[in-house]
Amino acid sequence: MTFPLIASAIKVFVVFNLIMVGVALLTLLERRVCAWMQDRLGPNRVGPQGLLQPAADGLKNFLKEETSPAMADKALFTLAPIISFVPALLTFGVIPFAAPLPTKWGLVPMVVADLPVGFLYILAISSLGVYGIVLAGWASNNKYALLGGLRASAQMISYEIALGMSTVAVILLAGNVTLSQVIAQQQQAHVWFIIPLSVAFVVFFISAFAETNRLPFDLPEAEGELIAGYHTEYSAMKFSMFYIAEYSNMVTASALMATLFFGGWDIPFTTWDSTGDPRVLKTLLTLLVFGAKTFVFLFTYIWVRWTLPRFRYDQLMALGWKVLLPLSLVYITLVAVAIWFIRVRLGWEYGTGMALVLGGLNLVLLIALVYWLDRGRIVSGSVQEEAA
Amino acid sequence: MTLTFFWIFGVIAMGSALLCITRKNPVASALWLVVTLFALAALFVLLDAQFIAVLQILVYAGAIMVLFLFVIMLLNLGRPGPTDIRGPAGLLTATVLAGALLLLLRPISEAALPSSIQLPPGTVQALQQQQGIVGSVANPLFDAYLIPFEIASVLLLAAIVGAVVLAKRKL
Repeated sequence: MTFPLIASAIKVFVVFNLIMVGVALLTLLERRVCAWMQDRLGPNRVGPQGLLQPAADGLKNFLKEETSPAMADKALFTLAPIISFVPALLTFGVIPFAAPLPTKWGLVPMVVADLPVGFLYILAISSLGVYGIVLAGWASNNKYALLGGLRASAQMISYEIALGMSTVAVILLAGNVTLSQVIAQQQQAHVWFIIPLSVAFVVFFISAFAETNRLPFDLPEAEGELIAGYHTEYSAMKFSMFYIAEYSNMVTASALMATLFFGGWDIPFTTWDSTGDPRVLKTLLTLLVFGAKTFVFLFTYIWVRWTLPRFRYDQLMALGWKVLLPLSLVYITLVAVAIWFIRVRLGWEYGTGMALVLGGLNLVLLIALVYWLDRGRIVSGSVQEEAA
Repeated sequence: MTLTFFWIFGVIAMGSALLCITRKNPVASALWLVVTLFALAALFVLLDAQFIAVLQILVYAGAIMVLFLFVIMLLNLGRPGPTDIRGPAGLLTATVLAGALLLLLRPISEAALPSSIQLPPGTVQALQQQQGIVGSVANPLFDAYLIPFEIASVLLLAAIVGAVVLAKRKL
């Protein structure tokens, strides 16, 4: 009884600190990568290569004056950063981050809580983060902040639907909602879900950007139009909490993409990690692999931010409701029929063969999708358009 | 242990529900309702219905209440307004009605559960072991109650179409 409790407490402590340190380094990474893409140097004065910059920023935020607008709703104004901060940190709790660790007292699963409801918990808790943004916008009693809050609530609800729908395909194939089962299923077939469910990944990827309010979908803060949107009136540590919430949401979204579509902590091209006796070395190596996969997506977040311009609000809504939602509904139907046909009619179990057949289907769908979305704009080049 | 948690969350649910209907500020009311929904989700977990609990948070707290807030903010109703219960006559009516409702709770607390909805202890756990946490809800829904389920979905679709037609006279 006591050992699992102590193990859980240690895991909570370690995961919390890893995320906080990761978020701190991510702010530095964002600025350095941005500088690199714009052919500048970026912050490199504090510590070697600017590594202590996040610590300096944190100290600055602690020591800055907290301003509070005279006409603001004091209680909600203070509560809003907390409401956006807490769900952002809670969601990581169900993501398995390494192979089970053997200890003297028994096997410790490397996940804070392997809930039976699995990643439905992530969807539920992450849908609460929007309250922080909406309340921040409303409580500030500032029209730009209010507009940012309104945009945030509409945007996050719209893309939550597409996000949820894209994961239905994963549940259909995995047959279970717990993330450890999703990973186990991918390990058994030696094929990650990105192959049989690539269209779902595309929808998930786009929706995850909108859910975390990152460019090209950062309309709630859109500094060119709304000053800074929902956090216009915030300063010092309260502002910093919104910042940390955004980055930890990014970490969770990246970890979730790695888990659902890229095998989680599975080491590619080997069965050594998931079969045989658990060993400490395995735990460490799988943790490293999981970290690497998450890092790739985090880098992509930053990469996209400094590559694409911001959407217009009507374009954002049109993409969510008129493209992604119908697309994912059609996709669920097609995948469900395909899975039913292969499982019931052909009598196959899920394995490499089934994954490859579904992969073929997805490839066709993906090509059709890209062709339709593009409609001769990028692939054929803009030269034709100018001539016409 | 379970009983302690039941009382904690029960008190939170009742308290926040009371605050929800007594606050004059619509935004505060909506937020207290979110707290109520959370406490109810916790009670569902105590009943071994984790799936329902998660859906409760996902659908009600995470989507519907956000839309409520959206409308409150869009119409700028956020500032405190006059109370609904006006004058001594209104207060008297409210007290009498509340008392009548409380009286109605007495026979319910004395009545026993009908035997048809009583399950032997451990049935739910066994079912969840066998069919999974989602399966134990999904199987009856898509098996025994398929037709009512589908009819409900058509009803919802009709409601959506109706709302669109009402909101957009010219399509």
